[in-house]
Amino acid sequence: MSESKEHIAFQEKIDNDIKIEPKDWMPDEYRQMLIRQVSQHAHSEIVGMLPEGNWITRAPSLRRKVGLLAKVQDEAGHGLYLYSATESLGIDRIELIQQLHSGQSKYSNIFNYPTLTWADIGAIGWLVDGAAIMNQVSLQRTSYGPYSRAMVRICKEESFHQRQGYEIMTTLSNGTEKQKAMAQDATNRFWWPSLMMFGPSDKESIHSSKSLKWKIKRESNDELRQQFVDRAVPQGELIGMTFPDPDLKWNEDTGHYDFGEIDWEEFKNVINGNGPCNKERIRARIKADADGRWVRDAALAYAKNK
Amino acid sequence: MEDGCETQHWLMPRTNNIKNHKFMSEEATGDSQLPLWEVFIQSKPGLAHKHAGNVHATDGEMALQNARDVYGRRNEGISMWVVPANAITASSPEDQSSFFDPANDKVYRHPSFYELKDGVKFM
Repeated sequence: MSESKEHIAFQEKIDNDIKIEPKDWMPDEYRQMLIRQVSQHAHSEIVGMLPEGNWITRAPSLRRKVGLLAKVQDEAGHGLYLYSATESLGIDRIELIQQLHSGQSKYSNIFNYPTLTWADIGAIGWLVDGAAIMNQVSLQRTSYGPYSRAMVRICKEESFHQRQGYEIMTTLSNGTEKQKAMAQDATNRFWWPSLMMFGPSDKESIHSSKSLKWKIKRESNDELRQQFVDRAVPQGELIGMTFPDPDLKWNEDTGHYDFGEIDWEEFKNVINGNGPCNKERIRARIKADADGRWVRDAALAYAKNK
Repeated sequence: MEDGCETQHWLMPRTNNIKNHKFMSEEATGDSQLPLWEVFIQSKPGLAHKHAGNVHATDGEMALQNARDVYGRRNEGISMWVVPANAITASSPEDQSSFFDPANDKVYRHPSFYELKDGVKFM
């Protein structure tokens, strides 16, 4: 296919790190890839409130409660920034929400796992937010202006999220045997799903090469995953946590940690709706939307009658 | 439009390959996502208001409250504006060169155009 003049000018801008703005010409595929990625990101923020919200009323102290509450509130805000960025691509919020509810649009797999104990809140902050931040720091340099600006704001706000989780883990690991075991159990359960958050390996990822060429993503899934492992392992060791991977070890030659093969069957299985909480999460979102309907209707009726 | 500008949803891309789903989806569900408002924040006295993002709301008051909750959770500013998105008229990227052309060839508007005698100070 010979590239049109617009295509060439577009790629030139990308190559020179000039951001693409909503009204600029862009290939339809670029637009569709962005709608897909940014809306999934938005859905992840919103659905991500559910596993953590589960523990707000049972937080063990006021300090923990205000921290968790602020974090969950941030996720709502981050969802809104990202819906706002997606809408600038020419799709309506209401349609995005319908795509989430119908299962047509995905969200991060990690939120299909349950939060069974308080330590899970620690592990989520430390590992899940840690993985998300790794990805989001990289996405601050994405080529689409509104997405990039949302990422800058989100990264600034999320810096406390990981710390509050790690603080929970640190406290538990300094506690009783039972508390230590609880922290270890949470680490065991969240480690592999956190590694899966970076998506399929580069060999398998169908969207990766275009995405990198257009600078939607700036680093590949495997590169980001490796960076995450390299940071998380020493953090865990510092508080006496071990990781459920017998192949995990420091590699003097590469200067990175080697780690075992991810269970991609589980990954696919959870994406396709068979994780422990998929149905519950979507049910909760549909209910929240339906329950809020009268508020929107009433607000509109009030505005019309004013 | 005649003047080369067009009134439109400020952020809405100009494209033929995306339909505007707004009315379709509202008709299909009877639900409304509420009108869109663009949010501007002044971070410090003396600085300009800067675009922060947008919110959905029925009126200005609700838009301001939503904007405060969404874009102002961490002392981001001291003043906030909300503007109905469809009230903003924006220039088009395609017209960028012709639109800003009048400024291009007027080098005499810049101080470097004027020659100064060596040794002159404070000018």
